[in-house]
Amino acid sequence: MNSLAGKRSISLSRIAIYAVLIFAVLLYLVPLVVMLLTSFKTPEDISTGNLLSWPTVVTGIGWVKAWATVDGYFWNSIKITVPAVLASTAIGALNGYVLSMWRFRGSQLFFGLLLFGCFLPFQTVLLPASFTLGKMGLASTTTGLVFVHIVYGLAFTTLFFRNYYVSIPDALVKAARLDGAGFFTIFRLIILPMSTPIIMVCLIWQFTQIWNDFLFGVVFSSGDSQPITVALNNLVNTSTGVKEYNVDMAAAMIAGLPTLLVYVVAGKYFVRGLTAGAVKG
Amino acid sequence: MATLELRNVNKTYGAGLPDTLKNIELSIKDGEFLILVGPSGCGKSTLMNCIAGLENITGGAIMIGDEDVSGMSPKDRDIAMVFQSYALYPTMSVRENIEFGLKIRKMAQSAIDEEVARVAKLLQIEHLLNRKPGQLSGGQQQRVAMGRALARRPKIYLFDEPLSNLDAKLRVEMRTEMKLMHQRLKTTTVYVTHDQIEAMTLGDKVAVMKDGIIQQFGTPKQIYNDPANLFVASFIGSPPMNFIPLRLQRKDGRLVALLDSGQARCELPMSMIDAGLEDREVILGLRPEQIVLASAEVTGAPTLRADVQVTEPTGPDTLVFVQLNGTKVCCRLAPDVAPQVGEALNLQFDPAKVLLFDAQTGERLGTVTSLPAQDRADNVAQFKGR
Repeated sequence: MNSLAGKRSISLSRIAIYAVLIFAVLLYLVPLVVMLLTSFKTPEDISTGNLLSWPTVVTGIGWVKAWATVDGYFWNSIKITVPAVLASTAIGALNGYVLSMWRFRGSQLFFGLLLFGCFLPFQTVLLPASFTLGKMGLASTTTGLVFVHIVYGLAFTTLFFRNYYVSIPDALVKAARLDGAGFFTIFRLIILPMSTPIIMVCLIWQFTQIWNDFLFGVVFSSGDSQPITVALNNLVNTSTGVKEYNVDMAAAMIAGLPTLLVYVVAGKYFVRGLTAGAVKG
Repeated sequence: MATLELRNVNKTYGAGLPDTLKNIELSIKDGEFLILVGPSGCGKSTLMNCIAGLENITGGAIMIGDEDVSGMSPKDRDIAMVFQSYALYPTMSVRENIEFGLKIRKMAQSAIDEEVARVAKLLQIEHLLNRKPGQLSGGQQQRVAMGRALARRPKIYLFDEPLSNLDAKLRVEMRTEMKLMHQRLKTTTVYVTHDQIEAMTLGDKVAVMKDGIIQQFGTPKQIYNDPANLFVASFIGSPPMNFIPLRLQRKDGRLVALLDSGQARCELPMSMIDAGLEDREVILGLRPEQIVLASAEVTGAPTLRADVQVTEPTGPDTLVFVQLNGTKVCCRLAPDVAPQVGEALNLQFDPAKVLLFDAQTGERLGTVTSLPAQDRADNVAQFKGR
């Protein structure tokens, strides 16, 4: 933009840029619009109209029915996600603190091995995890599922915190040690207060991962303790009766809302935290 | 308040790796200001971290007072440190930064408040107490870092290049202020720097280090006038000492060094040097201010005529460069008597102040007066070779 002269000349290239951007926005928004519109339609409306047509009668019946179906599972997901996110973030922070500021012999190797965890596909850990859970007597329990999520998430959360903490000067820890502070005091009073951006990144990342998880949910839980993703799948994949697309869409929206909410509330930290340490100052 | 003594301190980061610190021996008295100076990588910061307890030593002992602290954790050594980066806790206010160490040590809040007020007044940072470090200028951050160290009234202060992040003007101001502070508080202090001017101006004692070895330990005056080897001689002093490689000759039963300016020659009698040095390659060391213009008053001293090649007026002095024995030699002359380029000068040397170094080893030839490591009485004694 020509800020020097202050005049806003709209050039052809600028129009082209906006056109492409608007097209991209529309492309991304269409599925959401279709879902929203469909969720407020009656089943008859859906079968007669097309996907993008406005509902002839706006009705909330789809949302009411959807909530009635997934209600319990929604709270299951909360019960799984919240402890798993908090625990994996807390342990990850402690791991990162040790790996960046209290290096021990072999800590680099340890960190390298831990990084492998980030590249492990979910499928490969299913059997060993279920074996382990069985041995621990946690098979098909919410606790077991939470445990799997924590362990699987640790690779990511440790990586986040470790990379954030290596940019903090060692002298801070040295100064605190000379001031008489110990391992946990330094962590609690000096390091943690500096960690808000990376904590936010970690919370968002872990919340999204665990809330949206389907595979671990379907494998390690059963019946009434399943998370909402599994319930949604069961709802959509029913082969009996008439397909109630409005209920499916509303249920899918309900399942997606919490992650959306987390992004809206903490999103500004996400970008800030991911780029933290990239530029000094 | 305490003495500090390093007894044969060694440090290595692992078998097979070169020693980071080798047989460090020095001691300072209660209230003295010790400077560790040397080029980067010489081990001075490592040595300071060892004194602080942030790094372990692999041999020897570190005595604070009568106590061997080498096995103690940093917090039990009762020392405070100011870091080059200041290392202020960014999420805490200035007040909280200063209080932190006192709170950890469970001091009563009323006593803490008193101490913070005392330190803030001393350093004139009272108006900054509620600010965060990020809102302070470099000089203010430096003061706060000092304040944090002063607050605990430790036995020893450690300063790790505390002025090197300041701009030139502020650095000179803070240098004077630190000296003033030390004169008032009289706390034993160890100060690491690579700046030889800081070393000369601040220290009661100076240890010049290179490659993990103390090259010389003594008062600034001893280090300057009586350097133990070529390295110390070249490191301390600005502009640096002139080094003229030559061969000593025997003439009329005396050792002489022959200086040749291309125009003229002169003989410097080396009366203080022992016999057995004739025909040996040596390096003659001469500080720029020890070369003066020949005048009628000083008679008997050897004079030499030489052409001026370059002049560099610095204000208080003019640096005049001439060629002696094929080496560029700097003379520090008063501006009003300094000649122009192309003119010829009559230079005069005081043979008693000329230093000689072994060309192979770089060691001083002859007697060096310096402080031995164990000397507590401050008496000047023979420098013990390594």
